[in-house]
Order: sequence, then C-alpha cells, then structure tokens
Amino acid sequence: MTSPAYTDNAAPQLSAGPRPAPGPAADEGLSRRLRALACTAPLHDLDVRKANLAGEYTVYAMAEVALAAIDLVTLNMDFDTGADHDQIVTRLLPRVAAQAPGRPVAEHERVARWVLENLINVGSVDRGFRAVYGTFGPDGVYVRRDYDFKLIEEVPGYGGTVYLRATDEAVNVLVGALDTDVTSAQIAAEVKLEVLISRGRLADAQLAAEQARYRTVQYAETLRKTLEATRRNVRAVDWLNAVPDMIAEALDHVADRYRHENAILTNIRKARDEAEEPEHKRRAAELVDIVKDCIRRHTQLQSRLLEAGPLFRAEQDRQAFATPTARAGLDLYGQLVAPLLPLPVEQAIRVTDAFFARGTGLRTPTSVRVGDLVDMLLTPPLEREHLGAEMPEPDLIATPDDSRFSEEQLASAMELLDLEHDAPRRLSGLLAEARLRDPELPYLVALLAVHAASPPVGTAYRQGEQRLLFSVDDGMQLDDAEFGGADLIVGTALLDAAGMAADRTEAS
Amino acid sequence: MSDHRAQHADAWGEPTAGYATEGSGPAEPVGPAATASVTPADAADAARLVAFGLQPKLLPARDAEYAELLRRYREEPAFARLADAVATGLGLVVLEVSTRAGMAVTAGEDSVFAVRMGDYARRASSDSADRFLHGLAHLAVAAMAFPRPEDLADDAYIGRITVNGVDSFVRQACHRLEERAEEHGDNTDPATDAPGLEAAWRIYARRSSTGATKDARRLAGSTTGIVGKAVAFLTDSGFLQRTGDDAGGAFRTTARYQLQVRDMAGSAAMAELLELGVVPVTDGTATLLPPPGADDLELAADAGLPFHA
Repeated sequence: MTSPAYTDNAAPQLSAGPRPAPGPAADEGLSRRLRALACTAPLHDLDVRKANLAGEYTVYAMAEVALAAIDLVTLNMDFDTGADHDQIVTRLLPRVAAQAPGRPVAEHERVARWVLENLINVGSVDRGFRAVYGTFGPDGVYVRRDYDFKLIEEVPGYGGTVYLRATDEAVNVLVGALDTDVTSAQIAAEVKLEVLISRGRLADAQLAAEQARYRTVQYAETLRKTLEATRRNVRAVDWLNAVPDMIAEALDHVADRYRHENAILTNIRKARDEAEEPEHKRRAAELVDIVKDCIRRHTQLQSRLLEAGPLFRAEQDRQAFATPTARAGLDLYGQLVAPLLPLPVEQAIRVTDAFFARGTGLRTPTSVRVGDLVDMLLTPPLEREHLGAEMPEPDLIATPDDSRFSEEQLASAMELLDLEHDAPRRLSGLLAEARLRDPELPYLVALLAVHAASPPVGTAYRQGEQRLLFSVDDGMQLDDAEFGGADLIVGTALLDAAGMAADRTEAS
Repeated sequence: MSDHRAQHADAWGEPTAGYATEGSGPAEPVGPAATASVTPADAADAARLVAFGLQPKLLPARDAEYAELLRRYREEPAFARLADAVATGLGLVVLEVSTRAGMAVTAGEDSVFAVRMGDYARRASSDSADRFLHGLAHLAVAAMAFPRPEDLADDAYIGRITVNGVDSFVRQACHRLEERAEEHGDNTDPATDAPGLEAAWRIYARRSSTGATKDARRLAGSTTGIVGKAVAFLTDSGFLQRTGDDAGGAFRTTARYQLQVRDMAGSAAMAELLELGVVPVTDGTATLLPPPGADDLELAADAGLPFHA
C-alpha cells in the first residue's frame, strides 16, 4: 500500500514555522489533500509492483488500465446492482490488448484480472486500502492517523451474486475534485455542453457529456442509498417533511434533466445529421449515445421515486396503525445500537459481548462416552464399493444406419460451402462442383443451401458464432437437370462475436 | 424488562428454597407436607420437560408428549416448581413456559450450555475487531427484527429480516455517523498506535460487505458473511426460521427469540452500556432514530425513561 514517507516529509515543514504547531483548522485542508493523494496511491502502486509479477509486464501501463476499469465500473453501476466482474474484464481487454498487441490473449486477460483484483485489494480482509498520515490535534500534539478507503467494492446482488461498485473515493479520484454540490455541478456541465455544441466544438462537448454522465450516476447512487434507508423503517426517517421534500426535489430534478437532455439530444442529433466531416459525425453519434444513456438512467430513477410513495404508505399501515401494546419495551436501535456505534471499540466490545453471551441461546454440549469411543475406534472401517453395484449388461440391438448421407459426404459438402466471406457463389456452380465429387452430393448441397435461405441468426447470436452461412434469391432461375427453382447466391457472413457477447450481457 | 425477570426469580426462587427443606431428594419418600408428594416419576417427567426445552427447534404443537407435559406444568404448581428446580440445577434460566414458546429455557452464565465466543468463531478470540463484529451482528439482527419498542413488547409480533438488510441497516447507521462527524469537522481516523480507540462504527464501515470467493460461498470475513453466520446460528438455536433465499436469506423470528432478546440479552447489554456511563435517552415510544435532541437532557429525563431511574 502507500508508504508513510510523505507524512515524515510533511511534519518538519509544518513545525519549521515560527509557531510550534498550526491549529487544527489550518491542518484540515492539508489532511484532506493527503487523503485525496492517498486515493491515487493504489494506482501508482500498480505500476511499481508490475515488475514483481512473474513475466515481462513492464510494457503494460497499469495505472491506465486501472483508471479505465474504474471508468467502466462507474458507468456500469446500475440502480439495482453493480457491474459484473467478468464483463468488466472483457471490456478491459481491447485496451490491454492495444498496449501489447503481440502478446497472447491469456496474458491480456491475466493483466486485466490482476488490475481489477488489486483495485478491490483481494488480499486484505477488509478488501480496502490504508494510508497513514499525520495531523496536529487541537492541543498541538502530532498524531499519526490511519485513513481507510476502498476504490472498487464488492456488493451482494440478486441471488447471491457479487457485483462491483466504484466507491465515492474512486469517483472523486476519477472525475477529480468532486467536493461540490451534485446538482449544481450537473447543471454547470450541461450548460457547458450546450454552449460547446452551438459552437461546434464536439470534442470538448463529448468530454463534458461524459462528465455529466458520471454526475448522473453519482446522483442516482445518493438517492438509492437514501431510499434504502427510508424503506427499512417508516420511522427511521422524517416522513413528514424530509422524505417527501427529498422525493419531490428528486422528481423535479429528473423532470428538469429530462427536458434538458431531450433538448440536447435533439440538438446533437441535428449536429450529427448536418455534420459534414466523418469525424464530427462519429463524435456526435457517440454523444447521442451518452445522452440517451443519461436519459435512461433518469427514467429509471424516476420510476423508483414513484414506487417509493405507495411502499411507504403500505409500511405505515402495517407499522403505525397496529393496536399499541401497553408495555413499553426496549428500543434496541435507539437505546443500544445507536449509542454503541460512536463508542471506542474497546468499550463497545463489552456491550456486544454481553449481548452475544445472553442472546445466542444455548448449545447442548456434545460428549463422547469412552465405551463408545473404544467401540468406534475398534470397528473396522466399512469396505466401500468404489464402483457401486454392478450394472446389468444392456441388451443392444444394432439399428441399421438409414441416414441418406454419410459423414464423409457431409464433411465434403461443408468443405464446399466453406466460402470466403467476400466471395459468395451461385448455387448452380456449387452443384456442378459437387457433382464432380460425388453424384449424391448435389442433393446435400442443395438442401444446405435452402436451409441457409433462413439462417439461424438467433442461435448464432446466442452461441457467439464467428460466421454464418446464408443464401439469397435474386430472381435468377436455376438451370439444372436435377433441381429446379431459384439460383440462390450462397455466401458467408462474418459476425461480430465480441460485440454480440457484450450486447448479450447488457441485455440480460 | 428487569421486573419481568424479577417475576421469574420470584416464581421459582422461593419454592426452590422450600424444596431444600422439604426433602433432600425426590428418591426419598416425602412425608405428608403442605404440597402434594413428589415421586421419582414426577421428577423424571419434570426432567423430561426440561430436556424438551433443550431442543429449541422442537414445537409443542408437533409433539403430544411435550404438549402434555406443558399442560401439567401449567395446571400443577408442584410439578411446575419441580421442573423449574431441575432447570435451575442444570444452570438454565426459565424464560417462559407456554404452548407457543414451549419450555423456553436459556443458558445461565457459566453454564455448560452457554455459547462461548471462542467456540463460535475462531478468529474472534484473537482479533478484537472480529470479536466486535460478531457481537454487533447479533445485536443488529435483533434490532432489525424488532425495530420498535412495541414490537419487542408485543407477544404476537413476528419480525422479519434478511441478511443483506441487516448489513445495509448497520451500514446506514455507520454512514450517518460518518456524515455527522464530517459536519462537525471531526477527524475520525484513529491514531495508528491506539487501534482500541477507533470508533466502533468505523470497524464495521471499513469491512467489505461481501467478496467473491472461489467456491461461490459467502466470504466469511465480510460483513454479510458475519451476519449470515449469526442468523444461521440463531436458526440452529430455534430463534429464527428461514423463509426464503432473497437478499442473502430471509428469516422470521420465533417467540423464543423475542423472549431471549427482551428478557436476557437486551437488558444485559443495556446494563453494560450504563456501566460505561452511556445513558441512552429516548422518550419511551422511541423510534429507530437516535434522539434528535440529545443535548436536551433535562426534558428527556422528565419524560420518565424506563432505564433512567
């Protein structure tokens, strides 16, 4: 992790002043910056430690991969879940591969996994990082403190799966100096975007749009946490003022952003369609995608906000309008958990120990009688049949092979149909060639070609096939002694396997 | 709470003393005393009832003999005293004897039936952070299962929890403290050479909530792993029943758990907290929120708090 060296450097500078030690207020800014600095340390650390990996990995820029990983996780953080571990690795691969094109794919994947695991910091029990820094307390005493933080954390998803989320620290490191109001920052980013588009500076506009999207994600995350807290118990939140205000504010915000982003979308679409330069066109198209994504996230947020009201009322019915009991009970949260958490751990542990000792119930101790033990030890181990009971010999009747075509014929036909993707052929030519090889083969080739007229696109998509045989009818009549119908054009289509894989994971 | 326990103590504290004078053992023929004579068969039955109580997952409704012994306990005071005495002799505390909870007994302190932290989690004996987290997990499960004081007091209440719910509940509480510390401008990072002075919430906040493992099981050291262990243990104690698999496992409480938390654990932890000089101040009908006017101590004291006097 980070070395405490810089705190050593910082201390003499501070104490070298005329006063013995500056007050805590002067120190606060420094410690905040030290903590911000610490957040970047794991990234630098990656590039330092890559030399220790078995193999020649110096060619990879690990910090760059790590930042890209944090980017990907942030953008894939949805309202409900987080980003999928494998999906992040898959999406990192192109960048890793670009850094060292000559290396094997397995190594690229290893690098991507190594970076991601180090960002999670799998090796430590907290799965986080710790940096040490020093501050002057109110009494002027120099204290070394531990700063614990995470960059990417693992959160439970639906059905016991584990998802990744970028922490606030990571988002701050990524976007830089986010110590501002989320809403106003977002408005600023969007105004900037509009100006940029109207001046035609799309390159900058894209940067601004991406920043706006980070803010959108962060805003959604803030709201998700608040909603979760309010859902748990009606009385955990001020349901009279604070929550309705918050929801109304959020709805206003969504409506506002929605209107704004739709306007932007219309503008960029226009820019995209009017743009002459292909580069501008492409950038505008990317921008359209980003803004669409923003709108999608806002819509998702809005539906959550609308669901919250009815849920609260149902919970309130259940919790608040039940007949009150006469006895006053112990308020476990208010009187135990809440006062306990701020205590120093060495005191808090006494309370939790007391609760544990009385709250876990009883266990009947297991005890072994010596007599039983002797018996158990002297009993010869039971011979276990490794193979189980003997299987009865199945009575098999050989069925005659009534296939029309043999395996060799199929192989031959497939070889014939293994066409170059840029050189489709007429069915008539294929039939003639097949006839030269084997008089039966044309039937098989014709059959396969007819099947290819309706190619199994869905199956190929699901299975991630690289290529797909297809045939089309362009109206030409087939002139053949044995077959009639259309002279199909048979060809091979190349499929974007990687793109389909990404789409599939997105759709699921 | 405390008077509830005192009731029990009265209920069998006095008669046990009576027994000692009445006869040195049930095997000895007992003279025509004030109470009905106790035969060895009665003692066997009483012990049998306690044995049923030691199987916390066994429901009286499912076992005719158990139900019959419970009926005897309720109808024959002498038998009830005998059963209580057997339980006390074994180092057990009787919480309640009823058809819904059965013979609800729990281990007294230093009893052979008591659960020790070292047996519960091996790491906990060496690592104080782990020890704290395991204890806090049990406390949080109870707080989540009975979020309001009325819920804990109401015998008919059935609490529902999920593993992930408990985790995010504690996390939220920690987060709130973190926010408050930030508002105050406090620096909560602990001093490097005094880890024991680190605020308790930070221990929980910095432990990761979950983690990927090679065999798709919950990471034992993560907070959901620790909460998961707690609920699994409580399920074995007959305190929770599993109702589903959503959100890391969903559970509902049993009558025994309510009794255990209300009459044993809650008050014990409370006493410890008071000993530390922390007097939690709520207005009795307390909410899940810490008291908003925590500085306003005078007003709260006038409200007649159950734990203040």
